Amino acid sequence: MELPNLKEIQRNALSQRLLALADDELILAHRDSEWTGHAPILEEDIAFANIAQDELGHAMIWYGILQELSGKDPDRLVYFRGPEDYRNCQMVELPNGDWAHSMLRQYLFDAAESIHLDQLQNSQYRPLTEAAAKIRLEEVYHLRHTSSWIRRLGLGTGESNQRMQKALDQLWPYVGQLFILSEEESILVDGGLVPEPDDLWQAWQALVLPFLEQAGLRIPNDNSTIRPDRSVHSEHLAPLLAELQEVARMDAEALW
Amino acid sequence: MPRLCGDERDKSMVDSPPNDMLNLEAIWRALEDVKDPEIPVISVIEMGIVRDVILNNNQVRVVMTPTFSGCPALHVMRQDIARRIKQLGYPEVSVEVRIYPPWRTDWITDEGRKKLKDFGVAPPSIQGDRQGVTFFELSTCPYCDSEKTTLKNNFGPTLCRSIYFCEACQQPFEQFKAL
Repeated sequence: MELPNLKEIQRNALSQRLLALADDELILAHRDSEWTGHAPILEEDIAFANIAQDELGHAMIWYGILQELSGKDPDRLVYFRGPEDYRNCQMVELPNGDWAHSMLRQYLFDAAESIHLDQLQNSQYRPLTEAAAKIRLEEVYHLRHTSSWIRRLGLGTGESNQRMQKALDQLWPYVGQLFILSEEESILVDGGLVPEPDDLWQAWQALVLPFLEQAGLRIPNDNSTIRPDRSVHSEHLAPLLAELQEVARMDAEALW
Repeated sequence: MPRLCGDERDKSMVDSPPNDMLNLEAIWRALEDVKDPEIPVISVIEMGIVRDVILNNNQVRVVMTPTFSGCPALHVMRQDIARRIKQLGYPEVSVEVRIYPPWRTDWITDEGRKKLKDFGVAPPSIQGDRQGVTFFELSTCPYCDSEKTTLKNNFGPTLCRSIYFCEACQQPFEQFKAL
């Protein structure tokens, strides 16, 4: 299906969905980039910088499709929206914490993203299938990197295992939000434009839960989840955006 | 010479002097001068990122595809492509970036692979119909051709490279990431 075939209601719902996808990648990219110069070893410094750059590239693809759909300029969206208008999930905006925390967040997110992209290749909306085909090839490298570290840290020393477990306990309540669509977005499932969230959730659990257990980690019993509404943010997003937007807002008309 | 158009042109391809075709060839050849700024030994043609060149009424439209989505060299290459074609005397050049079909490292030419190796970057393995790289990819050392190599880092100095170590010649080296 091409853009002109979309009904108004689908167009609005798809705009919401694309904004969520793009904002997730952008905010995670920013957090990852904060490791530049601070990672435990040089190789990992480079790795997080690369992952940040990849996620930023993916954000650009989603913002680009959104622009075709709604005419919204990506630069305006990124640099001139306040936290209340951002639609990223809360997991990606949390401060980095220790390196185990950042690595585990990246793994949980990458696993969700890989599964999402695989299924999105069957979307009825052509720009989504094309984007998914491109991005999933690159995501393999992320999952390969993060999963090898999760295993290594989980099965490493007492301290590394403890830190991984603590990170898992902290991040667990945030995972559910990755798999929830707003009521408006749900119509996209009926039209075959986006995958069924429950299918994604099942596939994610089938991939991630046994892997974490094999890495010596305990899956938290706590089933509580944060509020699914993507317009609700933690106190951590505003300072992140203040930094991300600082230069652009010094002179909104500047050319670069 | 009268301009031929439409079906007429198609039929007479063989025996009429196809100016546009000669000009197109010249454009493709000129683009061999445009290098990847991150690996300056290899051209955008050898990288396989120029997908199409369309010449119409002296206007040129180039379709290119990014290697990695977040590649910062994309914008430089886009400008360089337009600049090089303008040097041939075409005032109007547009360069469209298309992400689909996604760029595959199999599109790097044989000549390109050789240049990568000479530059010290192990060329990517051939992917064929594989949908994405296998989890652990073997690598051959570009210096001594040994396969006794180990992955040191999935990520390297640019998005398109990872870092390996060769146990045979005791050299670290870069591997172009297969896509």
